[in-house]
Amino acid sequence: MLQISFFNRLVIWLLVAVGLLVAMPNAFYSRVESHNDAVAAIESGGATPELEADAAKWPGLLPNNLVNLGLDLRGGAHLLGRVQVEEVYAERMKAMWPEVRDALRDERGTIGTIRRVDGPEDQLRIRIQNSDQMAAAMDKVRGLARQVVSLSYPGATDIEVSAEGDVLVVQLSQAERELSDQRTVQQSLEIIRRRVDEVGTREPTIQRQGSDRIIIQVPGIGSAQELKDLIGTTAKLTFHPVVQRVSSPDADATGRTVTLPSADPSEEGVYYVLEENPVVTGEELVDAQPDFDQNGQPAVNFRFNASGARKFGDYTAENVGSPFAIVLDGEVISAPVIRQHIPGGTGIISGNFTVQESSDLAVLLRAGALPAGMDFLQERTIGPELGADSIRAGAIACVVAFAAVLVFMALSYGLFGIFANIALLINVGLIFGLLSTIGATLTLPGIAGIVLTIGMAVDANVLVFERIREELKTAKGPSRAISLGYEKALSAIIDANITTFITAAILFVLGSGPVRGFSVTLALGIITSVFTAIYVTRLLIVTWFERARPKTIEV
Amino acid sequence: MRLRLVPQETNINFFAARKVTFGASMVLMVLSVVAWALMGLNFGIDFQGGTTIRTQAEQPVDVAAYRDALQPLELGDVAISEVYDPTFAANEHVAMLRIQAQEGAESAENEMVANVEAALKGVDETIQFTSVESVGPKVSGELVQSAVLAVLAALGAIMVYIWLRFEWQFSLGAVVALFHDVLLTIGLFAVLQIRFDLATIAALLTIVGYSINDTVVIFDRVRENLIKYKKMALQDVMNLSVNETLSRTVMTSGTTLIALIALLVLGGDVIRGFVFAITWGVIVGTYSSVYVAKNVVLMLGTKRDWSKPSDGGPGGTQFSTSDA
Repeated sequence: MLQISFFNRLVIWLLVAVGLLVAMPNAFYSRVESHNDAVAAIESGGATPELEADAAKWPGLLPNNLVNLGLDLRGGAHLLGRVQVEEVYAERMKAMWPEVRDALRDERGTIGTIRRVDGPEDQLRIRIQNSDQMAAAMDKVRGLARQVVSLSYPGATDIEVSAEGDVLVVQLSQAERELSDQRTVQQSLEIIRRRVDEVGTREPTIQRQGSDRIIIQVPGIGSAQELKDLIGTTAKLTFHPVVQRVSSPDADATGRTVTLPSADPSEEGVYYVLEENPVVTGEELVDAQPDFDQNGQPAVNFRFNASGARKFGDYTAENVGSPFAIVLDGEVISAPVIRQHIPGGTGIISGNFTVQESSDLAVLLRAGALPAGMDFLQERTIGPELGADSIRAGAIACVVAFAAVLVFMALSYGLFGIFANIALLINVGLIFGLLSTIGATLTLPGIAGIVLTIGMAVDANVLVFERIREELKTAKGPSRAISLGYEKALSAIIDANITTFITAAILFVLGSGPVRGFSVTLALGIITSVFTAIYVTRLLIVTWFERARPKTIEV
Repeated sequence: MRLRLVPQETNINFFAARKVTFGASMVLMVLSVVAWALMGLNFGIDFQGGTTIRTQAEQPVDVAAYRDALQPLELGDVAISEVYDPTFAANEHVAMLRIQAQEGAESAENEMVANVEAALKGVDETIQFTSVESVGPKVSGELVQSAVLAVLAALGAIMVYIWLRFEWQFSLGAVVALFHDVLLTIGLFAVLQIRFDLATIAALLTIVGYSINDTVVIFDRVRENLIKYKKMALQDVMNLSVNETLSRTVMTSGTTLIALIALLVLGGDVIRGFVFAITWGVIVGTYSSVYVAKNVVLMLGTKRDWSKPSDGGPGGTQFSTSDA
């Protein structure tokens, strides 16, 4: 019957109140946003009067969660990148060679001389003189293998050793590759996050997707190109001894050397032949700052950690008068001649930098090198004006849609329509409350989802009201008709909303970006509209009924 | 004084012309597939890779001049279209450029965008790129896959749910109706050559959600009436149920359409295609609930004794309706 216990009433009103309270900051978006920014700035960097003033714009006791605006509403850049995890395999093999060489040299008596031969980059291929002793050589190399902790490959080791005729092949095992991919992507994620944070934009999203992909979304950045320049650079810094300076990329290079082009535009066509193994690498940097060299040109100064400083100091002491190449991402930035021993592990890189380039390079060096390069599979830039236009258009459409639905409901159902309208207003408030609580992102299709929910949210009420009308026809009392109306409409309401919810859930799982934003608002809209239709309107009607005690009702 | 779109008592015979209506639906489905096959869909870059650029300028858009300016760049297939919208300011002239995926390295896309910008600046100093989006061919292939999967998964999940709650005939009827809605929407997109992208797939799923909502409400009433009128012919029970729920159907579709039309007119051109698909879907979905889903159930027949569970499956699971 038409009775709702005091406890239930309390719970319903409490839920509504909490929902609306949490939603409230969104009505004062820019004010709360500057408050939140100021609070964060004070926490990290100390207070200034301006920050204090901004922070005071919103009372600290009130909730301050806001709905995040998606890129399509705020402007910014989106990138989907793939980490080239295979690069790491080649690196590993390169690093493994001295170890394997030393191990096999110890056995020279039985296996004879060994020679590294060319092959795919992710393999180490070694020709063995006495190929009948292959088994012994393989055993020796296998002895270098380490156990891998992996659930899917119990007992696996990190390398696989096999023989092809007189060539011994070493490569990473499947288990190790998977772990290596895992680490590479994790590390890339971390370094990208550090780089994006260094430039200080608001709420960047940096997420892993699938096995080797990373999604990066940065609101407020000018273009995807800018973002790519920031995160697409590997920033691998190495210092190599110079063998010679040549004018062709295929200059005759003997031994383990590499030939790299010069990055200096005034040295076009100049290449350097360098020893392959660097003296010291950027991994041992502890700091890098933009600076100016003795000629007043923009440059970057750097400082090594203790072991880097020792290597650097020893090398410069022994090689005074020889040239020394500073290599960034496969290009020789400069190749100065060592004039004196450099102790203390500090130095300066000067090239043909602009002030902007030198400060960018310093950011990249501080954040560290990416373990592998990145390809970009998808990119999107949205200008802030377009985002602002979209918000404006979406807001106007929402208000008009809302007003039209309210009028339509009031005209159709009179007083009951007004109850439904109150519930509808609460419903939209609750959607925003939930969106800000779970930190969801509102996108343009998300706004469409809200508008659609406005249209569909009345459905549950309509079902109930139509049912009450029908029950009234069979001339039961108003109280009985209302309670039967709710009872009998429930099954249809639940079935209808569960099926819609299923599609929203599938959209969420399989969709991405803006589409996912749409599914979130749609799903939340379903939950809140069922709640408001079943509980809130009912409570409103019951409360009214108890006071007015009408003999007849008209729905 | 009440606004009543539907009279209090209706007794329309919805199934009088069932052969004509059902036949017409089937013919439209076939025509949609034909249009889809012959005219093809105007796929967005989500599904075929490439770059779209949205430009904004203070001078009116001159598509021919844009095209001439881009000619020397040899970009392959370039589509340029002007965008009109009532929400634009007087000096806001917007065009969309769609450029096919470029051969070669990934950096080719960036250079291309810079070249395009330089070329168009030659036509109009004030031109700005308000959004640039590019999708590589690898990702677009995956997007197609997950889109198809999403639609099929939604249909499958709904089929199972309806089967659990009603009977297999209802489940089949509902899914045929959903296929009808999805196909007719795809057909309309093929005929009008509206851009078909990821948002359109989301719209299709929304249509699925809306249409099933509508179908289920009427099914629910059919089930109730089947229990109530054990001797009445199935067609009459169906007709009664549709008549009883007609007022609700019109009200709900009405409010939803009011909201959608507001969005269609005022929501800006960026989401117009998306909203258009949903609006069309609401209309088709409302129609198909009555004329496709019910017709299928009518043709297949259903069990008449709903007081005990059927032998064939778990059909007819009912939620308790007594409390709440």
